[in-house]
Amino acid sequence: MPSPRYWRERANRFRLEAARCKGCDRVTYPARTICPSCRGTDLETLNLSRKGKVVTSTVVHVGPSEFTMEAPYAMAVVETPEGGRLMVQVVDCEPSDVQPGLEVSLEFRLIRREGHSGILCYGHKGVPVG
Amino acid sequence: MREVAIVGAGMTRFGEIWESSLRDLFVEAAAGALNSAGADHVDSIFVGNMSGGQFVGQEHLGPLMADHLGMAGVAAARVESACASGGMALNMGFMAVASGCSDAVLVAGVEKMTDGADVTNVLASAADQETEVYHGITFPGLYAMIARAHMEKHGTTEEDLAWVAVKNHKHGSLNPKAQFRGEVTVEQVLRSSMVAEPLRLLHCSPVSDGAAAVLLCPLDQAEKYTDKPVKVIGTGVATDSIALADRKDPAFLGSVEKSAERAYKMAGVTPKDIQVAEVHDCFAIAEICCLEASGLIEKGKGAKAAASGVTSLGGRIPVNTSGGLKSKGHPVGATGVAQAIEVFEQLRGESGERQVEDARIGLTQNMGGSGASSVVHIYQGV
Ligand SMILES: [Zn+2]
Repeated sequence: MPSPRYWRERANRFRLEAARCKGCDRVTYPARTICPSCRGTDLETLNLSRKGKVVTSTVVHVGPSEFTMEAPYAMAVVETPEGGRLMVQVVDCEPSDVQPGLEVSLEFRLIRREGHSGILCYGHKGVPVG
Repeated sequence: MREVAIVGAGMTRFGEIWESSLRDLFVEAAAGALNSAGADHVDSIFVGNMSGGQFVGQEHLGPLMADHLGMAGVAAARVESACASGGMALNMGFMAVASGCSDAVLVAGVEKMTDGADVTNVLASAADQETEVYHGITFPGLYAMIARAHMEKHGTTEEDLAWVAVKNHKHGSLNPKAQFRGEVTVEQVLRSSMVAEPLRLLHCSPVSDGAAAVLLCPLDQAEKYTDKPVKVIGTGVATDSIALADRKDPAFLGSVEKSAERAYKMAGVTPKDIQVAEVHDCFAIAEICCLEASGLIEKGKGAKAAASGVTSLGGRIPVNTSGGLKSKGHPVGATGVAQAIEVFEQLRGESGERQVEDARIGLTQNMGGSGASSVVHIYQGV
């Protein structure tokens, strides 16, 4: 991945920056300039809380080549208290325990490596609470 | 708008076809379609293809395929909407004929998936690279999340999912063009290896090579080519958010509902009028969701349709009589056109052991990504 492409996403990957539409309250993550619900363009930036609840999930047994060594691993769509939704891996638990309704905290972690000498790519992963 | 008819069809078998290249597959299907209609000329060609660039490093398929068909000079372009590329090409061809811009249009779909590309990664390029693929999700993973959401909401079971595969393999066992002609049992599906929970290997469509092509013309010129044209009476295309996380209800495919509504409206028919359908069963859960969203089965009742026999040959609304993507195979760009060929043959009474008796009106539904695009066509025998 060329470094500008990685750098460009730093706001959403590093600090969970999202946008809330002032017209309809829809929260989009990552932030956008046009609201996907009402096409409004008056949006405010907010950082999502580093916690949320699993909406739906799976355990990936056959992963993409970069993730083969990690399989099986749990992935989930998580909704934060602000209503933002994001796709994350859920770690530090039995993958099969990750089910809809599970409360997770969102922690800053290494997501992937771009080859042996490429960029270490960071972002957020879910960790079950309690 | 002019009335549009399909007057010829050709397709390769689907499977791991090591002896044929991307262009070989296209030429076999396209020449088959032209020959079946006795056509030696077309005005334009639309080539549905998801990713010749990533699968075999070949883009610019419009001129390449026209050239290899001996038709360099003709208008030709590739059409892309991930796994819905074939259906989308058919929509483009329909518009070219309906509008009066073209009198004879070749619509083809082709994909060469087994030439060594990293198929998981290529297919994942139809998802959101920045918010989904980055984190390690795969296509089976996305549909597994749809499946789990459907289970939560409607009580769908792993066995219900297995029945979709059992039914489609049974249908595919009767199709000489199908990649997998062996039948499977519920037990075999539930014992197959896990791909992304709750989806197992036998809930998933295979990696395939193949091509399919149809010839379109205005209905009032159809007799030049055939005495059994099939009218395309409705077409509908719709989109949804590309990322699954951006959909309020991950168990519902909004693009399928909208594309179907548009096609029904144009055709002037309702779901009750459909007698045979091919829907996009890239994964077992997809067939269930597509049947519900297209109105062919009541919302929340899709799960039991396969087990109860409603969607089997001989049932109220036979679905995926070709074997579907599951058994017939899923060369992604070819799928939408191959679906049209199955319904074309059904409405002409040419489906042999798979024939749905007295079928007059049929439907195809072709989907891209995790449901971010959907194309529906409705057909009527003449
Ligand atoms: Zn809004």
